[in-house]
Amino acid sequence: MGLPDASGDLSSEMEVDAFRRLFPLRFYERHLAESIRPDGRPLGRARDTTIALGAVASADGSALAKIGSTTMLAAVKMEVMTPSMESPDEGCIAIDFHMPPICSPIVRPGRPAEAAPVVSKQLSDTISSSGMINLKELSLVSGKAAWMAYLDIYCLDADGALFDAALLSAVAALFHLQIPAVSLNDDGKIVVSEEDGGKLEKEPVNKEKRKLTLRSIPFSLTCILHKNYILADPTSEEEAIMETLVTVVLDSSSQLISLYKPGGAVLAYTSAVQDCIALTRQRVWELQKILDEANSGMEVD
Amino acid sequence: MEIDRVDGRTENQLRPLACSRNILNRAHGSASWSQGDTKVLAAVYGPKAGVKKNENPEKACVEVIWKPKTGQIGKLEKEYEMIVKRTLQSICILTINPNTTTSVIVQVLNDDGSLLPCAINAACAALIDAGIPLKHLAVAICCCLADSGYVILDPTKLEEQKMKAFAYLVFPNLILSVLPEGSLKVVGEPMEHAIITSVTQGAMSVDDYLHCLDRGRAATAKMSAFLRKTLQPQISSDSSKAG
Repeated sequence: MGLPDASGDLSSEMEVDAFRRLFPLRFYERHLAESIRPDGRPLGRARDTTIALGAVASADGSALAKIGSTTMLAAVKMEVMTPSMESPDEGCIAIDFHMPPICSPIVRPGRPAEAAPVVSKQLSDTISSSGMINLKELSLVSGKAAWMAYLDIYCLDADGALFDAALLSAVAALFHLQIPAVSLNDDGKIVVSEEDGGKLEKEPVNKEKRKLTLRSIPFSLTCILHKNYILADPTSEEEAIMETLVTVVLDSSSQLISLYKPGGAVLAYTSAVQDCIALTRQRVWELQKILDEANSGMEVD
Repeated sequence: MEIDRVDGRTENQLRPLACSRNILNRAHGSASWSQGDTKVLAAVYGPKAGVKKNENPEKACVEVIWKPKTGQIGKLEKEYEMIVKRTLQSICILTINPNTTTSVIVQVLNDDGSLLPCAINAACAALIDAGIPLKHLAVAICCCLADSGYVILDPTKLEEQKMKAFAYLVFPNLILSVLPEGSLKVVGEPMEHAIITSVTQGAMSVDDYLHCLDRGRAATAKMSAFLRKTLQPQISSDSSKAG
């Protein structure tokens, strides 16, 4: 969180700080009128974003995503299960979002965070609506065995735009996912193949580690609507002061996956909706580049 | 364009609406709202003294408790609670009763598609019945988008499952009270054209979404006329009693 630079003048810094605490909304509006935000960003710019693939060695796919100081750790664990009767040749993906007390002063130990189930539901809706994963690809033996992918996302630091960071980390973890090699043993059970691959009498079901083919990748951008201003990628302070949030999810082919505006004091006019969509389009392009760079960095290693 | 809907409706046709008010004895306000076979009952208790969790010395607080027809509440219900809560908060005038909590209990009686819009309509009618000061009304609608690109309104559960994508939209209703000049219009758009809440599922193009907005907007004008027609006579008789 960048405080305004007060270049050594202590008295003015105290005053600004006091003003910020006492009249947060006025403090922000003074900035917005100058088309700048207290952390030095223009209104439409998102914070610096980084992705590190493969952050958890024991998981089959993992990623650590940071948007400003909002940090999310996502990991995928694959398990073999028996597919349901209705869809014998499809695997399954279970998404869970966790907000431990470490992430924010609002979350207290013992009492689960209110936002967690909502973000979790939003994530599974988004990933299923986008059709990013072909569940048929997770099938091993039709009607007998299929992959169950447990995707867990942990919020390590909640500083606004939780859904954006969670989706980014989830997508990156799925991007990094390597489906383990398995084979069918004599009892007809699926076992994970040994790395040395010495014995070949077992019938291999999934010969080598493979990646999922992701059809189109969804990326999101949360914006705050305040009066006529649109602030992209809010921090938690901004979210607490100005409450109207709009989250737009677009995929790489510019399809609208979700436009999520749960109430809020400011009404979204069509022009504002279109502005948010335009900002998201630009952001999708940025995030795509960041993800590609993270991936090429992995390949070099 | 000709399309076949299972129940023989045209694409713009809503299911029969029904709304009754003041049906629970102990609640401060209550209403039931049904759209075809989807029926939701809402009760409002409050404003009552703020509980510690929601205490805010400057604003009133709205809490929403969602009761499904059967079973325990899960992630879906938690999400609906949050959406209804934020939607209602945006239509209430929160500064009138600071440091109070208003509880809205939403009981689902039957779910046959468009559940969330139906619940928002019921909750809004219950708030009116309880006499909670509101800025304007909120009217909710579900628009469904089929593969071939046409939009149908107020889908049943079966239609919701068959369709490619759907959007739950909530629009504000006309304000009849006095507002300062110029606050109604922003960049030439009338206020009823703005959206309070939007929740979508399934992939669609941006143009399709804007098309859904237009269609939803047109339909909610009819629905808000219905809401006013059902609630107004009862309210005016109440106030004459009080006076």
